[in-house]
Amino acid sequence: MENKQIDTVVAGDYKLGFEVDIETDTVEAGLDENTIAFISQKKEEPKWMLKLRLKAFERWKKMSEPHWAHLDYEPIDYQAISYFSAPKTAPSSLDEVDPKILEAYKKLGIPLDEQKQLQGIAVDAVFDSVSVKTTYSEELNKHGIIFCSISEAIREHPELIKKYMFSVVPMSDNYFAALNSAVFTDGTFVYIPKGVRCPMELSTYFRINALNTGQFERTLIVADEGSYVSYNEGCSAPTRDEHQLHAAVVELITMKDAEIKYSTIQNWYPGDATGKGGIYNFVTKRGLCQGENSKISWTQVETGSAITWKYPSCILKGDNSVGEFYSVAVTTLAQQADTGTKMIHLGKNTSSTIVSKGISAMKGQNTYRGLVKIASSAKGARNHSECDSLLIGSECGAHTFPYLESKDTQGQIEHEASTSKISDEQLFYLRQRGINEEDAVSMIVHGFCKEVFSQLPMEYAVEAKALLNLTLEGSVG
Amino acid sequence: MILDIKNLHAKIGDKEILKGLNLSLEKGKVHAIMGPNGAGKSTLSKAIVGHYDVEITAGDISYKGKSLLELSPEERALEGIFMSFQNPVEVPGVNNAYFLRTALNAKRIHDGKEELNAAQFLRLMREHLTALGMKPDMVSRSLNEGFSGGEKKRNEILQMLILEPDVIILDEIDSGLDIDALKAVSEGINQMKDEKRSFLVITHYSRILDYLKPDYIHVLKDGKILKTAGVDLVEKLESEGYDWIKDEL
Repeated sequence: MENKQIDTVVAGDYKLGFEVDIETDTVEAGLDENTIAFISQKKEEPKWMLKLRLKAFERWKKMSEPHWAHLDYEPIDYQAISYFSAPKTAPSSLDEVDPKILEAYKKLGIPLDEQKQLQGIAVDAVFDSVSVKTTYSEELNKHGIIFCSISEAIREHPELIKKYMFSVVPMSDNYFAALNSAVFTDGTFVYIPKGVRCPMELSTYFRINALNTGQFERTLIVADEGSYVSYNEGCSAPTRDEHQLHAAVVELITMKDAEIKYSTIQNWYPGDATGKGGIYNFVTKRGLCQGENSKISWTQVETGSAITWKYPSCILKGDNSVGEFYSVAVTTLAQQADTGTKMIHLGKNTSSTIVSKGISAMKGQNTYRGLVKIASSAKGARNHSECDSLLIGSECGAHTFPYLESKDTQGQIEHEASTSKISDEQLFYLRQRGINEEDAVSMIVHGFCKEVFSQLPMEYAVEAKALLNLTLEGSVG
Repeated sequence: MILDIKNLHAKIGDKEILKGLNLSLEKGKVHAIMGPNGAGKSTLSKAIVGHYDVEITAGDISYKGKSLLELSPEERALEGIFMSFQNPVEVPGVNNAYFLRTALNAKRIHDGKEELNAAQFLRLMREHLTALGMKPDMVSRSLNEGFSGGEKKRNEILQMLILEPDVIILDEIDSGLDIDALKAVSEGINQMKDEKRSFLVITHYSRILDYLKPDYIHVLKDGKILKTAGVDLVEKLESEGYDWIKDEL
């Protein structure tokens, strides 16, 4: 009886489902060598890049879609997807960006025009298959920081791309990474030089707009010795009846004493309560702590997508390097998420922390899948994992699959897991004090996520909290 | 009469627990309910606050002249009904001060008053913490999480003092308290007594009643109030138990 009430509380509305009507250059659905050549040519890429793409495509054709995850979805027809869609007028300055696109970003809370740019946050705005605008890049340039679209980086900084792209996630790493390597369209490139602490938050906002188009973003961040950067990504898509594919690859590299803090607020269209529509989000994210004392920290708040398949990982190669994974994954409606992390300890005295909070409501299915691997070379490695699941209502599910492999008998691995229901008792307690049901659910859920939200940069923590409220918002009489 | 319960029948699951209970709470008075285990004492308090376990099958509960039965638990709370829980539930990650300020401001909005900002609220909360002999870190801890039994009970009283309700149901507030905690809790309760407020104290023991000095003692047995008398009754109940009450009827 009480559970039904909770269900109405958590049937949130998707507020970013609008679509803008602009003229686009969209390639016909289908994938072959010609499609890849077309993308490469559109991006004015050098020949070597096209060669790499075609090599990835060859490998992809020999691979098959993985189905080990705890996910259930209709088969994806890779020939029915369009692999490139861009606004018709390729802008060379902001004046040339279609006003409708600027309007769309404004609606998302991201003004791109010079006067109104967000204070202290540099933004790369990726619309379908292209980057439409990167703010503050000149100012960042003064510090020697490169912050641009990956397409521009391939043209302007080939030496860095050749050196680092595919170095953390090899092109044939997995099925979706191989597909991305062949057809990736846009994303962000960041390079922080030695000893530089990036003076502002960097962020990319991905927007899918076009129908039947897949988005294949590619992001590469390199933090040279002693540098620091905090990078954030956000995303959204229109409300549609069809599923759309988003297959991204993100590679991070930290040199000696460097740190990358990578935060994601994922709010792709989740589909409806019956499972109609929504984004299929198949993402490979991996960081390499190459130098000693380096650190990579992943923080993710996953509220969107019909299907999420994502395991941001750290390879702790440098001695004393540190990997962190803080995650809140919410599945409501008919959403399914299979997410977690991999912490691969190779260097001495490396340490990792995993804090995963899964929230399932309505018919949502939430799976945590994590691997902690300690190699024989990783003397003195330590890991602490905490995986908690919160169930709201009775039709949802939470699953936990932790894998541990340790070759170092002295390594310390601690794993704690819990599954709890938003208990009727907790809800009643708050309501007996005069707090309405919706606020009470939100208070309990926020309390559950607190440890992860506290890892986000302030502006994003505020956004994440608001988003969580929207996701779980509903109509209570 | 602030709260009037007439011919109340209530079930938990399939079991009828309250079987035609009548009880009236007077303004400004302290009513104590005593009775054997399983008599329906907790069901009575749950029925008043609209707990989801309890299904009311007949009768009525009226508060300030209006029936409560159609009101949600939060509406009843905003109207001024408060219950201290026997075993207050832990709510991890929810800051105690934030929770209590949210509750107080919900009430203030309901009463047409201005909300308190964080600074104003903290001043108020700290005053009460000191008076109740509670540690200052109660401001920053999570609601009931890792609290000792005594801390939980004091935290219930803290909430009562801050929310200033009109009908206060204390469901075994004395259970598990040592003598110092019992004194502090009783002082907190006594401080709330005034001519408009009324208390319903549910207890097994006379100890707390020595401090609270109830005006009426009601004996709840077999789902009904079988006897109402003055405080003198407590001594007899302590020595002779409840069996004779049945005999009397």
